[in-house]
Amino acid sequence: MKKGKVSILAHELVPPHEVMTEGEVEELLNRYRIKKEQLPKIKTTDPVIKEIKAKEGDVVRITRKSRTAGKFLSYRLVTK
Amino acid sequence: MAAELVKIGIEPEVAETIAETFTVSDLTVDREELLAAGIEEYYADDIMNMLGIEVVGEVKPGDIESKVDSSPLPEKIKDELKSKLRAVRKKLTREKLESIIERVEREYENARVEPREAVGIVAAQSIGEPGTQMTLRTFHYAGVGAIYITVGLPRIIEIVDARKKPSTPAMKVRLTEEYASDRHKAGKLAMEIEETHIRDIARVESSTEDMCIWVCPDERELIKRGIEWREVEEKLRSLDMPVEVYRSESGSLGGKFKIYTRDNSYHELLRLEERVSNMLVKGIEGIKRAIVRKSPDGEYMIYTEGSALKKVSRLEGVDFTRTTTNNITEIAEVLGIEAARNMIIDEMMSTLDEQGLDVDARHVTLIADAMTMDGEVKQIGRHGLAGEKSSVLSRAAFEVTVDNLLEAAIHGEIDELKGVTENVIVGQPIKLGTGAVKLVARNFNFNYGESR
Repeated sequence: MKKGKVSILAHELVPPHEVMTEGEVEELLNRYRIKKEQLPKIKTTDPVIKEIKAKEGDVVRITRKSRTAGKFLSYRLVTK
Repeated sequence: MAAELVKIGIEPEVAETIAETFTVSDLTVDREELLAAGIEEYYADDIMNMLGIEVVGEVKPGDIESKVDSSPLPEKIKDELKSKLRAVRKKLTREKLESIIERVEREYENARVEPREAVGIVAAQSIGEPGTQMTLRTFHYAGVGAIYITVGLPRIIEIVDARKKPSTPAMKVRLTEEYASDRHKAGKLAMEIEETHIRDIARVESSTEDMCIWVCPDERELIKRGIEWREVEEKLRSLDMPVEVYRSESGSLGGKFKIYTRDNSYHELLRLEERVSNMLVKGIEGIKRAIVRKSPDGEYMIYTEGSALKKVSRLEGVDFTRTTTNNITEIAEVLGIEAARNMIIDEMMSTLDEQGLDVDARHVTLIADAMTMDGEVKQIGRHGLAGEKSSVLSRAAFEVTVDNLLEAAIHGEIDELKGVTENVIVGQPIKLGTGAVKLVARNFNFNYGESR
């Protein structure tokens, strides 16, 4: 490619992922009254996780586009 | 009266006009009338404020924006609400605006799924029923030009089974602006992508007489595919076998190659012929065909048979950000689990849509969510979601009953009877919806006789 490799994060199928701070995670877990392990998972080998350099045990916030709601926040726990 | 108005801060001139035109009781009436009497808007507003009267038509565009934005509604509903409110802004008052928003919020809250509702079962039924309508029109293919893509029920099954490779892998390659508007450039790029083997551009013959292989490139094919003689020669030399070149005329494309085998066995000769025929001269491995077509939005794009997302997206002229493949496993590998989730939804919705079936996106979304829960694409079936259920009875009821029961017996598994299937099997109420709640009543003294 001419302008160097384009990041996969720019792909239209990839929603924005961001690592949450500890406080945010705690607030989230309290809101739903769940444990971290009950969140959906995302692997450390996931290309997006590698790209944003998230570590095992981090929780990522995913801002999905939704057909019904427009915007929708989702969370995944980074696991092996 | 004019004096009183001056006292509360209205300029004498204005006060004069007001006093002349209105009696005090008139002032409780209307802002419009003030304006009609030739009072500037600014003053009119002041007067209305002083008299403690709400100014009519007070709702400004910004009010709608900020009020709606502060509600907990989902984005899409907010947008719709905003545009509808803007259309009737002139007729709104603050009070009305607030009560409308409140009403919408209430309706939204009512429309939400109740806790403990069996959404999975509803989704299964909602996709299962239209699925029965699809079965009869199963093995039809519809594609772009000469490219065939599996559609209908077989495709749905493929997606849900999370196959490593779909039966008809295909890509939609979007192009950058420069290429998307130029048919010629797009065509050239398509040629770069499409895999070209020696056998596509040349006649390959083995000669048992002098134990060699003749490769005779077809001049017209070479020109058509934009391949130079040099490229073919380089490819053949990379075989690391003795190659002789016979050019009919230097500069032209005519000519042939003679390749010798190392050992003179017949077996070796045949193997070499096979190897030479299958050598890739140009293109990307796996892309059997690439066709330029105009997309629905009027850009040129390339449809391919076969899929190689990573390699194709590295080419110049390819708009990687909009290029997709129908191979969901490949998407998960290259773009991650969230992209795979999106693709499952897109593929299923478009497959259903193609068949004229209207299934709510929420059901499909639920399936995609369930399949991608654990960070990898899992099939819905014995080797995926259904096989990982914690209940023995539920697994046994799904597929391979005996194996499951035997396995469970060996490991001493316990069934907690929490799910739907298990409870149907043992004949208990299912713990869902109203059945999910246990009711404990204290010993009240009920008065059954009274109506209230």
